[in-house]
Amino acid sequence: MKILFKKLRNHRGIVQFFATLLSNLNVHNFFKGTIYSGDAKSICVPGLNCYSCPAATGACPIGAFQAVVGSSKFNFAYYVTGLILLFGVLVGRLTCGFLCPFGWFQDLLHKIPTKKFSTKKFVFLKYIKYFMLFFVVFFLGLLFTDVGGNSVPYFCKYICPVGILEGGIPLSTANSAIANAIGTLFAWKFVILIIIIILAVFFYRPFCKYICPLGAFYALLNRVSFYKYYIDKDKCINCGRCAKKCKMDVDICKNQSALECIRCGECINECPTSAISTSLSKK
Amino acid sequence: MNKKNETKLKSYLVLGVAVAFISYGIFRGETLTVLAKAIKICLECVGIG
Repeated sequence: MKILFKKLRNHRGIVQFFATLLSNLNVHNFFKGTIYSGDAKSICVPGLNCYSCPAATGACPIGAFQAVVGSSKFNFAYYVTGLILLFGVLVGRLTCGFLCPFGWFQDLLHKIPTKKFSTKKFVFLKYIKYFMLFFVVFFLGLLFTDVGGNSVPYFCKYICPVGILEGGIPLSTANSAIANAIGTLFAWKFVILIIIIILAVFFYRPFCKYICPLGAFYALLNRVSFYKYYIDKDKCINCGRCAKKCKMDVDICKNQSALECIRCGECINECPTSAISTSLSKK
Repeated sequence: MNKKNETKLKSYLVLGVAVAFISYGIFRGETLTVLAKAIKICLECVGIG
């Protein structure tokens, strides 16, 4: 079992591919210009995957959270929060590193051969995603409602680029009614998507680091997740190679439960003395 | 209680809360709201509003 998990960790791209595929099984809908409307959509996938993607198998956790909080019946989304807590307490931000389709998309963009820039100077921007989570996703939906007590999903409507990438573009391509209806809002979100795409080529995972409210939620659970990273202090020679390798600007030697760690495992492979282990590989 | 056991206890506590939240949410019908939203094209999400 340990060997299997090590192999999976060393083939992260393949895991990400299958996670994206499982989150989007209904591929035939891309050609129909419709979305899947089965009961599986009542279950949230762990990563950020728009439920208006024609292929989407399940619901987006952030979209679903806003749908429940924004409805006139409920003020809090226990079911969706419980699911996110469950994913998070089991594996923390490993979901970001291995299971999120939009995370994988950014990883692929970052593979485009260009000069890469460090984000160490922009670490302070990481707090924006917590603002997105608590204020945009939660409080706006509670505070600003119509006369019926319903509110729009503010994050999905005004900020989330995933909806345009996975939903807006494929649907407007295959469905003329949707194509005829797009306007200023589509253009605004399209611009956000293009900015994220360009940034992701030059900087590692900008959306995950600075914007994603789901990543923010999982980050808070890194400290209590069952899946953890460990440092063997007897083996560690403080060479700093792990920190230098980390594209999420984490020094795993100093903090094995860092909120920004997406548990990609790059540091484990980089360590010359095998001082870094996980809950699954720790002896 | 040492730090390792304290962390483990917190993990189990959060796990318990997660299961309780999921159960309560299903009980009060939140899954129907999620499903109702997810099976229709989210006009806000795709940029139509």
